[in-house]
Amino acid sequence: MDDPPAPARSPRAPAPAERRILMRALSDPILKVQNLTMRFGGLVAVNDLTFTAGRGDITALIGPNGAGKTTVFNCITGFYKPTTGRMALRHGTIDIDAHVERLTDTPNDHLTSADGSLYLLERMPDFHVSARAKVARTFQNIRLFSGMTVLENLMVAQHNPLMVASNWTIGGLLGFAGFRKREKAAIESAKYWLEKTKLIDRADDPAGDLPYGDQRRLEIARAMCTEPVLLCLDEPAAGLNPRESLELNALLRSIRDDHGTSLLLIEHDMSVVMEISDHVVVLDYGTKISDGTPDQVKSDPKVIAAYLGAEDEAEVEKIEAEVGL
Amino acid sequence: MMMEAPAREPVNFAGLLKDAVLAAAIAFGLFSLLLGLKTDQTLNNQMVLVPRPGLLATVVGLVFVGRFLIGYWQAINAGKIKKRKAAATPLALKIEKYGTAAFVGFLFVYPMMVLGTAGPSGAIKWIDNFGIQILIYIMLGWGLNIVVGLAGLLDLGYVAFYAVGAYSYALLATSEPVKEFMAGLVGPTFWPLWAFWICLPVAGILAAFWGVLLGFPVLRLRGDYLAIVTLAFGEIIRLVLINWVEFSGGYAGISSIPRPSFFGVPFNATESGFAATFGLEFTPIYRTIFLFYVILVLALITAVVSTRLRRLPVGRAWEALREDEIACRSLGINTVNTKLTAFAIGAMFGGFAGAFFAARQGFISPESFVFLESAQILAIVVLGGMGSLLGVVIASIMLVGGVELLRELDFLKAYFGDNFDPAQYRMLIFGACMVLMMLWKPRGLISVREPSVFLKEKKAVSSDLVKEGHG
Ligand SMILES: Nc1ncnc2c1ncn2[C@@H]1O[C@H](COP(=O)(O)OP(=O)(O)OP(=O)(O)O)[C@@H](O)[C@H]1O
Ligand SMILES: [Mg+2]
Repeated sequence: MDDPPAPARSPRAPAPAERRILMRALSDPILKVQNLTMRFGGLVAVNDLTFTAGRGDITALIGPNGAGKTTVFNCITGFYKPTTGRMALRHGTIDIDAHVERLTDTPNDHLTSADGSLYLLERMPDFHVSARAKVARTFQNIRLFSGMTVLENLMVAQHNPLMVASNWTIGGLLGFAGFRKREKAAIESAKYWLEKTKLIDRADDPAGDLPYGDQRRLEIARAMCTEPVLLCLDEPAAGLNPRESLELNALLRSIRDDHGTSLLLIEHDMSVVMEISDHVVVLDYGTKISDGTPDQVKSDPKVIAAYLGAEDEAEVEKIEAEVGL
Repeated sequence: MMMEAPAREPVNFAGLLKDAVLAAAIAFGLFSLLLGLKTDQTLNNQMVLVPRPGLLATVVGLVFVGRFLIGYWQAINAGKIKKRKAAATPLALKIEKYGTAAFVGFLFVYPMMVLGTAGPSGAIKWIDNFGIQILIYIMLGWGLNIVVGLAGLLDLGYVAFYAVGAYSYALLATSEPVKEFMAGLVGPTFWPLWAFWICLPVAGILAAFWGVLLGFPVLRLRGDYLAIVTLAFGEIIRLVLINWVEFSGGYAGISSIPRPSFFGVPFNATESGFAATFGLEFTPIYRTIFLFYVILVLALITAVVSTRLRRLPVGRAWEALREDEIACRSLGINTVNTKLTAFAIGAMFGGFAGAFFAARQGFISPESFVFLESAQILAIVVLGGMGSLLGVVIASIMLVGGVELLRELDFLKAYFGDNFDPAQYRMLIFGACMVLMMLWKPRGLISVREPSVFLKEKKAVSSDLVKEGHG
């Protein structure tokens, strides 16, 4: 965690075509969601959803309000137990398809082999999804520890390694050197993310005192402090002004490129989605209606119909013009 | 953060008057029977009702004036923008730091000071009733502070752990089999002399164990439910102690509990006693002074441990839990275990305090562990400002010391007649304190939070931002 902050990238992104050859969902998946269904009583919030997120990709999950996007996140991160379905996540290069059936037949929630580990997220309690499977998330309505300082927020995120270093509190209470060293490292790691999110000057201020845009970035920094392999962001650009939104794009790209963290992104702001995502999955009323590169999805008539509301032709044209069709 | 103060609205006197009249009317309705009429017996044993219009009018008048003044005070303050942080908070941190150090220094010389001014016979009361009594509550307040102030878990049954500690010590120290076993092992004089020092950690561990045992089923509950179940747990422990007579002696309690020795030297008038050993003249004050220092050290251990815990990952997780439990889980924190540790450590300090209490009294019964005790300890934590160690100290002095002071007001009998017992007004003071606090400082006396770690500068966090937890 001592590497210097990556040089600021130009906010102007390269054109999609040269950006990435192809999304990696098929060749190098990190998460496979299969037949995920979530019912709330009679309401089917997510309906038989199957998709794959590639390692090193920014995968966007989009759809109109109430389409079930947040519900998908809550299932992946263990906050909801899905009604049916399977969510397999891998660390390393273990072949998901070759092992997942075998793992499903056991009562275990993970399996480790020489080339990595495979996790069944639907079997894990929420805190294990973060601690073991290394999936971090942010929330649509920001959830910071508002009465704690910015730095403290990032220290809480490193709870598990610090807990081990403090010998489950005993060593920490006695002031062992090992713990103090580990705590310094944790502060350094927090500093790194504060610099990256441009919050370093506010490190000692209470998180609840930050302006909205800073709070959104702090939540991302906090999630990154858990060193995730997959970061799930629920509408990170909501409420940001255009400049902040551009900066966010650069931050997300840097997370993807410099940290090897794959991203799963819910976003309403189409300019953000089209600009930075490698792969887009579109939900409508809980059902997947399209899946592909941003360009493919953008020109999918089903998406246009569902997303923009096909009744009002004039409005469709207006918005199409905005999106750049 | 400085903003222009908005033009202040004129105070709405008509509204205030209406409010005050309403409050007076409610008071009249409430008190017309309670205070306005008194039952009395005539000489030929007849029951008569004596009307007391004067008293009733005074009380209703006071309510009217009080409500009006409070409303007026709130109205003139409503326009002011609450200043957050600004210059006041670093000062608050300084007060907390130096105030605590000065207070601890004062406590160490307190017994000598009192001894010097009041003499050996007068000093006992001041050291025992004020010093020891307040310190017990400070320690209990600091213990409960871990659960309520840091972890944000509303525990209304804290006295249960106090009871577990007290009974653990009392039962172990007076148990015949243990005494015989120890006599066979290291001689007959050993156990009565050392029982306290051996049982003290045992009492703490047993209380922590009970904390975990209670925690397992209960900590899934949140908010009001948690409060109610912990309250019930406190009552269950007390009822078991009352009804399981063979085990705990029931209402009669346990008596002749061995007193702590000076690390093996008893406080008595014998040859081998403390006074004789150190060539002093025997008086009971030495034991009292020693007990004072024992509870002082126990309380300081509580303070040091809870201060250190706050800066460790576990303490930070407690506070994070109070702020947002869902966010905690999204960061991989096992919230059930974290809550359990808060419960267990809080209970452990309650257990230590309980063992000390039993040793100091020499006699315990379930009467000492009623719900009112839990309420008083909780009041101390809330009044002090949740999470603040110094706040707990001030609140303990106010509430416990205030009540003890009431006993000193015997001269008031001259005005109110011989039946007047100032100590009876304890609850009234209690209530008045709470009402005033809620009006004046709803987040407690010390209402800033000190960050557990900082990069450049330690800035206090205003209590407006700090959450209270949700169970
Ligand atoms: N805990 C719940 N209990 C009952 N219904 C729920 C629950 N959570 C979500 N829903 C319902 O599921 C549907 C999908 O909700 P969800 O929050 O996933 O939508 P979303 O795509 O995130 O929408 P938005 O863009 O507005 O955030 C909605 O109809 C919602 O009311
Ligand atoms: Mg949503």
